[in-house]
Amino acid sequence: MSDAPVDYHEMWASLGLDLPMHDALLEAVGGMYGATFMSQSNRPEGMGYLDFVMSEVHGLRIKELDDFRKNGGKVVGTYCLYVPEEFIRAAGAWSVGICAGAEWAYDQVEQVLPRNTCALIKSMMGFKLGKVCPYLEEADLLIGETTCDGKKKAYEELGKLQNLYVMELPQMKRAKDVAFWRSELVDLIAKLEELTGKKITVESLRASIKEVNDKRRALQRIAAARAADPAPISGLDSLLAVQVAFYDDVPRFTQSMNALADELEKRVADGVGVAPKGAPRILITGTPMALPNWKLHEIVEKAGGIVVGEEMCTGSRYYEKLVDEDATTLDEMLDDIAAKYLDINCACFTPNTGRIDDVIRMAKDLNADGVIDYALSFCGTYQIESAGVAKAVQAADMPVLRIETDYSAEDVGQLSTRVEAFLEMVK
Amino acid sequence: MAGMRVLGLDIGSRSVDAVWLCDGEIMDAAVADSGFDPASVAAAFVARGAHDAIVATGYGRHVARDSFGASVVTEIKAYAIGASRLFPNARAVLDIGGQDTKAISLSAAGKVADFEMNDKCAAGTGKFLEVMAKALGFSLEELGSASMAADSGVQISSMCTVFAESEVTGLVHRGEDRGRIARGLHESISRRTLGALKRVGAAGPLVFAGGVARNPAMVALVRAGYAGDVLVPVEAQLVGAYGAALSRVAAELP
Repeated sequence: MSDAPVDYHEMWASLGLDLPMHDALLEAVGGMYGATFMSQSNRPEGMGYLDFVMSEVHGLRIKELDDFRKNGGKVVGTYCLYVPEEFIRAAGAWSVGICAGAEWAYDQVEQVLPRNTCALIKSMMGFKLGKVCPYLEEADLLIGETTCDGKKKAYEELGKLQNLYVMELPQMKRAKDVAFWRSELVDLIAKLEELTGKKITVESLRASIKEVNDKRRALQRIAAARAADPAPISGLDSLLAVQVAFYDDVPRFTQSMNALADELEKRVADGVGVAPKGAPRILITGTPMALPNWKLHEIVEKAGGIVVGEEMCTGSRYYEKLVDEDATTLDEMLDDIAAKYLDINCACFTPNTGRIDDVIRMAKDLNADGVIDYALSFCGTYQIESAGVAKAVQAADMPVLRIETDYSAEDVGQLSTRVEAFLEMVK
Repeated sequence: MAGMRVLGLDIGSRSVDAVWLCDGEIMDAAVADSGFDPASVAAAFVARGAHDAIVATGYGRHVARDSFGASVVTEIKAYAIGASRLFPNARAVLDIGGQDTKAISLSAAGKVADFEMNDKCAAGTGKFLEVMAKALGFSLEELGSASMAADSGVQISSMCTVFAESEVTGLVHRGEDRGRIARGLHESISRRTLGALKRVGAAGPLVFAGGVARNPAMVALVRAGYAGDVLVPVEAQLVGAYGAALSRVAAELP
């Protein structure tokens, strides 16, 4: 059954997008998606849902947001895993992670940010300055956070262009920092309630906690299936699932991911995989990979490796831990949410030894043959942690490759050589 | 497998090197400038038809795979295999080529333990020396001899080939001795490469291969700075092609 493709240009125009540039972006991403994802062999059928989502990435989902807002709903855009989706949903709004995974409008970006800024932050600004992101234009409120220096200062610029609320993240996780973090969440709740005009109640928050946990549980099942040899799903497809988790409709996404997980578990039982048995199994750890940044996964998997896990915010940190579901009062729920979110092991915190433990544990649980530590150029926090991660991985008798790169295609040849040499080494 | 002939190709941006093995022994070798179309230079070697299998390494290896069905290995593995076969006691490999540098540490079994590639710019590579030789009015050989004849070097502050060239021209105009400048340039490179070797944990006998290993001034400086024997193969440039071919031979063995 094939309907005539819907033309969304009127909707995009009403959002103030730069139509020709936006068309160019969609064409580029569509081309990348075809070359990167659709060329893979033996993909699980359940990936059809994500292929569809990506084919409508600026179409149907934007229409959903548009209709929601026309009926009084509010959309909140976020840039970081530390922003609790539970509060956003409990206040009756929808949470949408904003993409920052491609170079765009650098000429404009470099007028407000230094050229030597991390690619993720430059992308964040580029998608706004270039007027090519309908999600940004549908966001009634953006939430920023004081994670790294780059983001902290970039939000000052972004905040001039759009309604932006910045949360302060502590830099440590001592008792007094937890208390401070909790107070920031109290302020966030007030801000959200003001935005939607709806108070967060025990019922609405309990429901949101369960919904978001259910989403995490579905992703946990997918992650667990990848421990099998042969792995039933590629790293590229798994990464995409988590990237989409940030912005898709929650119940529908959860249901689709559970269906995918059912299929993967059957594949594992039948010994069906996407890469030949014995393909080098790689765990990637490091900075988050925002949509549509698929660069490193593609290099590894086109070189014959298979990525079996991601220790990053667009990976295990998204779904590994759940919010407690036993609380009965708002105060308790607030405590639980504050605790679970602060437990994310991002390099913007000090110390961050928990991340090293996670990397070693995941490498063992996933039967990884090697670890790739990935840091974006100009990312001070992750680059500095890289040496410690590498040392710990080597001490655990596993080979490690350290990669520093950005979003450009310039170094794909050199990276491929390094990754191929690493895969030769670990076999 | 009696009579198994393997052609190893190292397809680089500056030269295409070829080694023909029969039953693991070298039958022939050839080197040609890459020109603007390394693939066709490689194709000419393939066209000799003196092989049963082809293995390609270097920056042009994937094109070789697509054009003549060569199997591929990275230069890292190729150099490790080639160097270990030439020097069974080798525990590290240094390759300074036309446009990149590799530092590799080997396990006792001659396998790659760790590696580092400095391929983001031409600083410290053969290209750097070519440009500097020209700036000093030397041939490459004269550049090496002049460096060795100097008892100390002028400190060169720029690592970038383009900026270092300007710096060198400035020094010449100031009346600085060209031999001392040449030595300073070689010392810049040896500092960087010794740093890379440290980072990959290189220890024990080091095989110094690649085009720049034919520069005696470079070899002398690496020898002086490295705590271990520095071994330079007679055909330093062919180690990659040799190792690539050997990788196939090793795969055939039971």
